[in-house]
Order: sequence, then C-alpha cells, then structure tokens
Amino acid sequence: MDTVTLTMKNLPALYLEAETISPDQFAAKSPAEIGKLSAYMGNEHHTLGDFFEIAGNPGKTAADTKIVVTGDLSKVKYIGMKMTAGEIEVLGNTDMYVGAWMAGGTIRVKGNVDSFCGMGMTGGELLIAGNARNYLGAAYRGDWRGMQGGKIVVGGNAGSDLAFFMRGGEITIGGDVDVHVATHAEGGKIIIKGNAKSRVGGQMVKGDIYVFGEIERMMPSYKYIGDEQIEVNGTSGTFQVWIGDLGERHGKRKGETIYGKIYLKVKEAEEKEGSTRVSRKIKLTDAQMQSVSEAFAGKEPSVSNVKAFIQESFGIEMKPMQISRLIDEIRRKA
Amino acid sequence: MADEYIIRNGQVYDPKQGIKGDVMDICINNGKIVSKVSKKAKEVDATGKTVMAGAVEIHAHVAGPKVNEGRNYRPEDKLFTCRATGANTHMEAGFSIPTTFRTGYNYARMGYTTVMEAAMPPIYARHVHEEIKDTPIVDQGAFPVFGNNWFVFEYLKNKEDANVNAYIAWLLHVTKGYAIKIVNPGGSEAWGWGKNCDTIHDPVPYFDITPAEIMSGLMKANEQLGLPHSIHVHTNNLGNPGNYETTLDTFRLAEGVKTNNKFGREQVFHHTHVQFHSYGGDNWGNFESKAKDVMNYVNQNKNITIDLGCVTLDETTTMTADGPFEHHLTELNHLKWANVDVELETSSGIVPYVYNPDIKVCAIQWAIGLELGLLAKDPMRTFITTDHPNAGPFTRYPRVFGWLMDQKYRNERLSTFKYSEKVNDATSLGSLDREITLYELAQMTRAGPAKALGLTDMCGGLAPGMDANVAIYNINADSLDGASIEKAFSAADQVFKCGTLVVDNNDIITETDKRTLWVDVKVPDNKQVERDVVMKFLKYYSMNLANYEVSDHFVPHPYVIEVDAT
Repeated sequence: MDTVTLTMKNLPALYLEAETISPDQFAAKSPAEIGKLSAYMGNEHHTLGDFFEIAGNPGKTAADTKIVVTGDLSKVKYIGMKMTAGEIEVLGNTDMYVGAWMAGGTIRVKGNVDSFCGMGMTGGELLIAGNARNYLGAAYRGDWRGMQGGKIVVGGNAGSDLAFFMRGGEITIGGDVDVHVATHAEGGKIIIKGNAKSRVGGQMVKGDIYVFGEIERMMPSYKYIGDEQIEVNGTSGTFQVWIGDLGERHGKRKGETIYGKIYLKVKEAEEKEGSTRVSRKIKLTDAQMQSVSEAFAGKEPSVSNVKAFIQESFGIEMKPMQISRLIDEIRRKA
Repeated sequence: MADEYIIRNGQVYDPKQGIKGDVMDICINNGKIVSKVSKKAKEVDATGKTVMAGAVEIHAHVAGPKVNEGRNYRPEDKLFTCRATGANTHMEAGFSIPTTFRTGYNYARMGYTTVMEAAMPPIYARHVHEEIKDTPIVDQGAFPVFGNNWFVFEYLKNKEDANVNAYIAWLLHVTKGYAIKIVNPGGSEAWGWGKNCDTIHDPVPYFDITPAEIMSGLMKANEQLGLPHSIHVHTNNLGNPGNYETTLDTFRLAEGVKTNNKFGREQVFHHTHVQFHSYGGDNWGNFESKAKDVMNYVNQNKNITIDLGCVTLDETTTMTADGPFEHHLTELNHLKWANVDVELETSSGIVPYVYNPDIKVCAIQWAIGLELGLLAKDPMRTFITTDHPNAGPFTRYPRVFGWLMDQKYRNERLSTFKYSEKVNDATSLGSLDREITLYELAQMTRAGPAKALGLTDMCGGLAPGMDANVAIYNINADSLDGASIEKAFSAADQVFKCGTLVVDNNDIITETDKRTLWVDVKVPDNKQVERDVVMKFLKYYSMNLANYEVSDHFVPHPYVIEVDAT
C-alpha cells in the first residue's frame, strides 16, 4: 500500500468541502494531479493544492492507497466521503461528514469529529479515537436510509441523534451518548459502554441497543420482558431486555413479532443480591409520595432535583429511571 | 423572435402533414413555421438527423402546492443532483421533483415545448401560476380539479346543467385554468370521512352522488361548453389489483357521447396514466396485467384517448389529488406521507416510492406501461407519459422511447429482472415484437397530444403558420437502437421555441418568454351561481373571495383561448 500525505499549509477562511480526499479519487494520480482536485470553500471553487502540501504517491487502485491527513483540520469537511476502499488516517480533529456514504475501506481519526459522520454508510470501518458529535451513522435530512452496513467505533462520547434511521451495521460508543438514540431505526446494532440520557429507541421498529451504563429515562413505550445472560463485545453479563417501540408498527417473521430491543446491563452489585428486578424496585410509601408531590407542587421537577430531595428526606437512593417514572406518577395524580 | 432560420436536409417526421421521414428543409420566420425564408436566414444543418415539432406533454405534475411540498419534504431528492449556475442557466437541483428552473430546462433539452400541469387545486391556483411563471421556456397550462368539488356535486345532483356550465366557466376564468381535471371522482371527498369510492357506482358520503354521475355530468358540460380539451380523468380505484374493471366501466361512460368543439379535437374523454388502472388479480400475489382488455376497448372506441403512465424503475415521489390512494401507499411502503384536505375542492397526498426492479410487482407495472403503448392501434390516441413524477420522472422519457422502439433493448431489461419468469407469466410484453417507429413516436408525443388538447393548429406539428417549435435530434431511422435513442432524445442538438433558438449543442442557451395557456369561456350571465359562490365563500371557505382569483400579474405572459358558449 502506497501512502500520500496531505499537510495543511493554508488554513481555509471558511469551511473547506474536501470530498475529494478519498482513495477512490487519489488512486493512480500524481501529487500534482491530486493538487488539482476540486474543493469548494463557500461558493468559491478551489483546489486541494491551494490548502494542502501533498507528498508521496497513491497506489494504482483505491485499495492500494493510504492517505494521511495532518495539520489543523478543524475546518475540513467530507474527508473520505463515498470512499469504497483503501485507508485514510486523520491526525487530529476534523469537521463534519467524515466517511459519509462510505462503502468500504478504513478511516481512522485520532481526534474528535463533528456531526453527520458515517452518514448513510453502507460498508467499511470508521474508527474515531475521540468524540463524535450529533447524527453519527444517521440518515441525510429527509432520507430514510441511515447507516446500512459497516462499523463505526468511537472511543469517547457521541452527541445526540446517534444512528437516526439506522438500518444495519454496528456502532460502538466507548463513552456516553446524548438524547435520541436510533430514532426510526429498522435494524443494526448499537453498543453504548457509558450512559445514555433519554429517548433511546424512539420509533425504532427493529434493531438492538446495548447499554452498559444507565439510561436516565426509558421511553414509556418500552416494555421490560425479563433478564438474559448474554455476551456482547467481549463482555458477558446479565442484561434487562426491553422491547419496543410499542407505539409503532412491527413486522413479523415466522409468526413472531419483531421488536426493537434495548439490553440494559445489570450492575454486578445488583446481580449479587440475586433478586429479580421486581423485588429490587424501591417503592416510596404513600406518605413519602405525598411529601414529594407537595415539595414539587406547581414546579417543573427535574430528575436530579427529585433524586436529591428523596435522598435528603428519606435516605433512599433511587435510579434516575425510577425517579422519572415517579415524576410521571406525580403528574398523573396532579 | 424576428430571426429567420432554415433547417436544412433533416429527416422530418410530422404526422400533422403526414410527412414520414422525408428529407426536407423547415423554415422559420417571426416565431412561426413558414414555407420559405429570405437569403438572410441563418442555416442549421440537420443532415442525417431527425427533425420533429416540439413535443407536447399532456400530463405531468410540475407546478403547484403538492409539487412544492414534495420538494420541501424530500431534501434528499436534491442530494448529489445539483448543477451550479451556468453561463445561461440558473442553479438546478432535484431528480423526481426538480426545481422550476430544472423543470423548464430539462423539458426543453428533450425537445418539449408545451407542458400541461395535470392537477391544480383551485384555491391554490395562484401558487400554481407563480411556479409556472418561474418555469422557463415551455408553454404551460394547468387543469383545475373538478371531480370532488361541492358546487359540482350539488349542481349535478340537482341536474342544473346551466349552473354546472356557468360554474366551470367561472372557475376556469378565476384560476386561469385550461381543462376539466377529474381525480378519483367522489373518492377524494369521501376521504374526508375516512372513506373512498372503490367503484364508479359507490355514492359519495353526504352528497349521495356517484363517481359515474360526476364524470358523465362533467363530460356533458365539457361538450356543451365546447372546450379545447375533453375531460381529463383519473378514475377510481387506482393502483389496486383487479381495478381494470373499474377502468372499463369508466371508459363506457363515453359511449355514444358526441364531441362538440371548434378545435379539431375528436375525443370526448381522456384517461390518464392507464398503466395504474390496468391491473388484474385480486391481491399482490396473483397481480397481473390486463393491458390487452383495456387496449382492446381503447382501440375500438374512437372517442377516447389515453396516456400511458410508464413505470421507469426509479426512486421517485408519488403525488396525487387522490388522497386515499396515497394513504394506502404509505401503509404499503412505510415511507413518509404528506396529506392535505383542500377545503371544498379536493385533497392530496405525497409518498416517496422506490420502483425496485427486484420486486415482482414493480417489474410487472413496468411491463404493463409498455404493453399498453405497444398494443395501441392508433398512436394518435395513445400518448407517452410517466405521470411525472408518479411512475417516474419525465427525464426518463428517452428511456421509455428506447424500450418502446427497440425490442432487443426492452427484452434485455425484461430478462434481467429478479422475477423475469413471473413477469412474463403476468404480462404479454415478451411476446410483443412491435417497435414504435419515429413517425409513431411523433404521433404519441407531438401531434396526438396536441390534437387531444385542442392545440392541433398551434403546436405539435410543422405546417406553415404553426408556432415554430422544432427539435433536432442526432439520430435517424438507420440507427435506432435503445441506447442511441435514449442518448439522442435526452439532449436534442437544437430546439426552437416559438422561433427562438433555446437549445444549441445539447444545452440551454437562452430563456425565452414562456406563455401560460388558459381557456376563457363566455356563458350567459348566471345570478344563481354568482350568489352560490358568494354564499359558499361566506359560509365555508377559509379565504376571502377577493383573494381567490388569479389576478393578471400572476400570469404575465397569457395566451388566452376564447370560447363562446352563450
């Protein structure tokens, strides 16, 4: 495999749309020809050579080509868009649409990426060492075809709307994720090693989400159906299995209805108690409930405020999800 | 406009004059075809090329609120389909629902110079005309929808012929409309009750009138008024297995009805996108083509015309004033759905659709569209459309021409489907060896639709005195293979619109002033209808009557066809 190195020499004044940085575009070209590949900045037409120092030679085919991009890439978008083979290594942080619609090959980003990366991808690997922002592995605006294949691995956290309209492939997030995970999904597998916030699997009709940490607030349209002992991503453990989104249509296969599934890891300390989930459920007494509702009457109770109040008043530690159900209950009664 | 041109030595196909590929010169002066020009005329060499009149689109959804809603809610249609501002063109974008500019440009590039917008909701007529104004080059008209209109229901129910006529004349005038369009008669109104009319004898809830009565009533009114075009119908039960019986029942409404007009039109009834209406079977499993039954009827009855509605096997955006059908479709494919109830007038819906060649039903639909075209005995009464964008975008016409004109090209497609055998079992396409000729193509895309629209003396032909709409294609009868046909008809070498050279070297060189065609009918004063209109606006409409009319500044380049029905 031959390597071409692109080093940022002139920082673009606006964001640079560099979809031509791809092994498919570079293959069998000379450095001079690569320098002439087009790149838009705002409504101005430029070339890659205007911004990058280009060294080394690409291979004859995309598969034989490795591209290393270095320098301050925080204003470069679309690296590796639609690539089908080969490798790209981005040494630093970069902007949006990295690996969008990619179909094959590997992209490694040493730093963070912005939103819309791996959008609509159908194959290949997108490996991000840092954090990714919103709409990772999602669908383009209006489209119903999000990530359909391949693999995305993020070392750090991911933003909101992860895997929006996902239909296949696999996403692993090392850290936490923000709201809206796998909205409208119709397939695929998502592993979240950290915590998730809320609206996980909203309108999902098919697909699997594994959460190793906590889900701050489970969608009310998901139903707990029992615990399962499973191995995922090299970690085995007991997971609560939730099915949903029950507000949506669901297909059938061999007479069985297919649901979206959320697997929520049961913490080891809890497992040791050997009790079922139902008996672990902490219930407040009616008097305690009364005092909570009085304390928050006329206010908009937040999970953290209520959690703190219950701990201070009654010395009870409740999970965020339980708190949010409690809040729902108080609202209903009011 | 004033330029003189002489197009030399082209192989001319003009059904209007019965010219079948003769090598001759076509002269243009002052926007019209003339028999000779002076020595100063600019020469265009068309040696070895095909020369035809500018094509006439009889049915497409290219302007108005539902087209625009399609654009709004399908940003993905513009993804990777943009073309930056050029030397002579605005920025263009979109595939199945292109921008107004791309719509005008692409029609012109293909040699189309007249394009009819097939469904105009009267209350949104201003929007339709604003988009028409922004669609460059092509002459356009729009058909207001009448088939689910409360006035029409009530007057027809009470058998008040004069009031029906006066209302039609009034609505054509205020909407600057061209013809009477009927979409799922009664069904789109029934949709307001969550119902539909599945046959032409299902009564509309509340109004207690049947689709058959609506269509017959409007057909009678159309002939009493003597409009240039006949009623333009999309009947009930579109897109369902077994619907061909409804279609034949609808056709039979025209039996014995005589035409009355001064525009050379011979039909009293036009049925659009017949492909969607020629289905046998009773579910998607035993779904099959009934193109033969349908075309047998069409071939024998000279007072009806049809257009095909060919499926092009693309990802497209379906949109129709048939509200209940679009709901049915979103239940099938689970893609996003937009729906509107248009007050007293109509409804509409939009759903994206992917005609996937690997799906049996889509491949059969594809075959049915072509079967209809190949089974047509009279190409002057059968027109090529894709019901743009419903069965496919209009930019695929050249491919449809290729399939119709080259048996090998179409059999290549037919034999490479995932379910080719099943498609062959369900249709007769594989057994048809007819290849549409260039002359027949000119009938099906030029002379035929122009005649059906009552424009036979204005466009669709190359007789002296007609508008100088001329297209020159780099192809001739010696080299008619599918791929070449597709290439040549996708980008004409030269196109003249009313004597102005608008396309040269396969691309747009100028945007000439387009015109809006509309029909102004004079009827006797009718105080009853005037009063009814005022009352309905006071009682029901969300809009003030004064804001309803399409005032002149919405139509800066009108071409008014006057009809006296007093």
